[in-house]
Amino acid sequence: MQSNLVTDDKQKNKLEKAFEILKTMASKPSGLIGLTIVLFHVVLALISPYIAPYDYKAISPNTMLLAPSAEHWFGTDSLGRDVFTRTILGGRTALTVTFFGSLIALLWGGLLGIFCGLVGGKIDDVVMRVVDAFLSIPWILAMLLIVSLLGTSTEVLIPALGFFYGKGIVRVARAATHDVIAKDFIVSARARGHSNMSIIWNEIIPNVRDAILVEGAMRWSWMLLGFSSLSFLGFGVSPPTPDWGLMISNARGLMSFAYWSVIAPIVGLSSLIIGINLTADAFAKALGIDRSTKAPV
Amino acid sequence: MNEIIERVKNLSIGFNSQKGKQISILRNVSTNIKKGETVGIVGESGSGKSTLALAMMGYIKQGLFPLKGECLFKSEDLLKMSSRQLEKIRGRKIAMIPQNAGQALTPNLKIGYQIDEALRLHTDLNKTERDKKISELLNKVRLPSPETMAFRYPHELSGGQQQRVAVAMALAGKPDLLLLDEPTTGLDVTTQAHVLELLRFIAKDTGTSMIYVSHDLGAIAQVSDRIVVMYAGEIVLEGPARKILKEPIHPYTYGLLKSIPKLSLAGLPASMPGSQPQPGSINEGCSFYDRCNLATDNCKKNSPSLEYIKELDTNVRCFNYKELINQNNNLQTSITKKSNNSEANEVLKLKDVSISYAKQKFFDQLLNKITDQNPTVKDINIDIKKGETIALVGESGSGKSTILKSIAGLLKTKDGQIKFENDRILSSDLKMRNPNDLRAIQLIFQNPDESLNPNHTVEQILSQPLKLYFNLSGEELKKNIIDLLKKVRLGEFYISRYPRQLSGGEKQRVAVARAFAAKPDIILCDEVTSALDVSVQAAVLNLLQQLKEDLGTTYVFVSHDLAVVRAISDRVAVLYQGRLCEIGPSQNVYKFPSHPYTEVLLGAVLEPDPDIKPKLVAEDIVEEKPPEKGCSFQGRCPRKIGDICNSEVPPWQIGENGNAIRCHINIEELASLQQ
Repeated sequence: MQSNLVTDDKQKNKLEKAFEILKTMASKPSGLIGLTIVLFHVVLALISPYIAPYDYKAISPNTMLLAPSAEHWFGTDSLGRDVFTRTILGGRTALTVTFFGSLIALLWGGLLGIFCGLVGGKIDDVVMRVVDAFLSIPWILAMLLIVSLLGTSTEVLIPALGFFYGKGIVRVARAATHDVIAKDFIVSARARGHSNMSIIWNEIIPNVRDAILVEGAMRWSWMLLGFSSLSFLGFGVSPPTPDWGLMISNARGLMSFAYWSVIAPIVGLSSLIIGINLTADAFAKALGIDRSTKAPV
Repeated sequence: MNEIIERVKNLSIGFNSQKGKQISILRNVSTNIKKGETVGIVGESGSGKSTLALAMMGYIKQGLFPLKGECLFKSEDLLKMSSRQLEKIRGRKIAMIPQNAGQALTPNLKIGYQIDEALRLHTDLNKTERDKKISELLNKVRLPSPETMAFRYPHELSGGQQQRVAVAMALAGKPDLLLLDEPTTGLDVTTQAHVLELLRFIAKDTGTSMIYVSHDLGAIAQVSDRIVVMYAGEIVLEGPARKILKEPIHPYTYGLLKSIPKLSLAGLPASMPGSQPQPGSINEGCSFYDRCNLATDNCKKNSPSLEYIKELDTNVRCFNYKELINQNNNLQTSITKKSNNSEANEVLKLKDVSISYAKQKFFDQLLNKITDQNPTVKDINIDIKKGETIALVGESGSGKSTILKSIAGLLKTKDGQIKFENDRILSSDLKMRNPNDLRAIQLIFQNPDESLNPNHTVEQILSQPLKLYFNLSGEELKKNIIDLLKKVRLGEFYISRYPRQLSGGEKQRVAVARAFAAKPDIILCDEVTSALDVSVQAAVLNLLQQLKEDLGTTYVFVSHDLAVVRAISDRVAVLYQGRLCEIGPSQNVYKFPSHPYTEVLLGAVLEPDPDIKPKLVAEDIVEEKPPEKGCSFQGRCPRKIGDICNSEVPPWQIGENGNAIRCHINIEELASLQQ
């Protein structure tokens, strides 16, 4: 092979490409901060059961509402549980539920949007009106209804959140598809007689993937906030499982004299949301920059 | 006359690459513009011609910055001025006419208001004087009924009229220097000729100096006194227009002129090998070294400097220019192409084809039919023989691409039949066609940037048809792809490249290879060369002809460019407003007698020769819809004979040359009229 002739633009494999995107993201301070925060939270979620100093559900009347000290770094809550332990464990459920929820949202929203964008016509009209109808329903009411009917297990929460956060992705994916299908390479594929599935898979997805992934990353942070709101309202994670939303909800009444039990989960939740947002922004920029550098200079 | 109003001295403009290297786009450019002179700057895309022209009005695109040199406008350096100082010069002293006036005019302000705005900014006239000036300006650019024109919105004007408004706005401040950036590129052939004629008149009338930037030597030849030829960011040739066009003494200009198809020549133009080097990849030595057939070892090592030759009043950047001085009669040559035998079978027949873009009414939708008395394309009858190249020619809106889409099955016909091989009727619905028919008819598009998936490698692009039609995979697939690349003269290593890593010509070659991957019988070419540079266009035309001769493919070639059509086609069909005007063997269509519309088109073609002026015989009005009755060309016809043209569809007449003309005027009379 004449591979020596194409040193600068040899085909990069997927891993190398992903690594390059990560590098671009980390090259700006905002992206680096975002990535660090997200990485920190993910690692923490993975190792927290092994490093937690106390049992998260150990209630003790002797240690109620203790201020932060060397023994209890973030103090204790109204039931005497260690706030540090509960905070580092509190992101686990939220992260897992919303991560898989976002994946579901991305999949159904993205595929439906692409499909509608491609076929157009009546099918598109009907589907989009149904999506609009769902968009007009406040999601939290609908969620509360589903949760009160089916319970608060993760098997219910993941698909339900995935459904409600996927509606917006349908619109984004459809718009991105519209941009692409006007191009001649789609006309060319059509004229050759490729099936719709083949056109979606080969011609459209590679071109709308970036837009949808970025949208998905943004949805992830919104979903995290939504999930915590559910917990806060008592419809998410059930006690005594540690969860930031639930912790904030329990401790908010005592905020005036035991602020420590509410500050730690708030910092945890907001830092993660900010981290994901910054990462999604940097991700979008990295992909955008990648596309605009046309000249092989 | 000899007063120099702008002087560019050793100008270099560049940018910093991602790797932190400084890369120049313009390298050491020096030139000057005299008062009342029109200078044409010509070059292919990426040659730096626009960057130079914009720098001449003190504008440098974002991301670029001047590395050295200066742009002196009346002895003041524009590049050192503050934006406030520049504001005083732009519009008043230097005005610009953009490429696409339709986009440069504000869509929601009336024409008169927009011109008034320019007047308010650049002159001290009061309201009544300004109003008078507006109609004066509109008159000057020869817009019809200037009184009402001022109250129209840009979208109510045709492209040519919008361009005229842009000229009027530029003239509002009585500038000393007018900068024209490809002002006629997006326009139709006849409109282009009219606008150029206007510009020539204005230059003479007002004594304004003009800088005319274009890739089109034909347009440049019509307006310029002096021509500057740019290549890879350098001036390679500069001199009086006539000298440059008739006796080009730089090998690049020589090759460029040879690669332009000409109306007077039947064969294909000679192509130049290779393509222009990218900025940053220019090494020592002459930047044209790779493509030059006069190149010697000296050219590789040393880069020539711009040398002034007194006898010719020309600056040239070449060591070996002397070899070209006595060669110039060769400019009028072309490569003769093999024509097919006329006995061949008909492979595709269009019978009474009509196509309508009208929206189906509810009732029609139920009955699944289209009722439109005045369809976009009507009564097209063309028989296409195997192995021939038939060209559909016409201006925008002539329905030529519409017909192509119908043949490809992308657009349903209203009436009529498309018959393929042995009179088998092809459905006009893509989904009803069998895979083999889909394979047999392939499309090549105008713009390879859009017709190739940007996220696919060349390998993926070419494997699409191979997988779909022949079920190839693995080694066999790869072998076929490499064979295809060889067929279109691309090396094996292109296989892993993405479209963005290819030049325009290379991209179009990949698109050609993709069409040929299906082993098609018919290839539909939709303006395949109009997005390409001239030298690349010639190469693609030659490639298409070579492939046709080797493989016996039939081409249906759609183009607005009559010279290109002349070069490649065996037969030509001229269309106006979706109706056929004339059809016949190409050497005959280009001879009189012709349909009056063909006559208008032929007259408007711009040749890269200052001695051949376009003949403007008809108005450049744009008609929105075909007329409901009578001849399609009645609205613009310079030879209209009366009511019969408005009421009756003209009959077909066969000339002795073998071309069929649809006109009420007797063909012999036409012949004597057009002599």
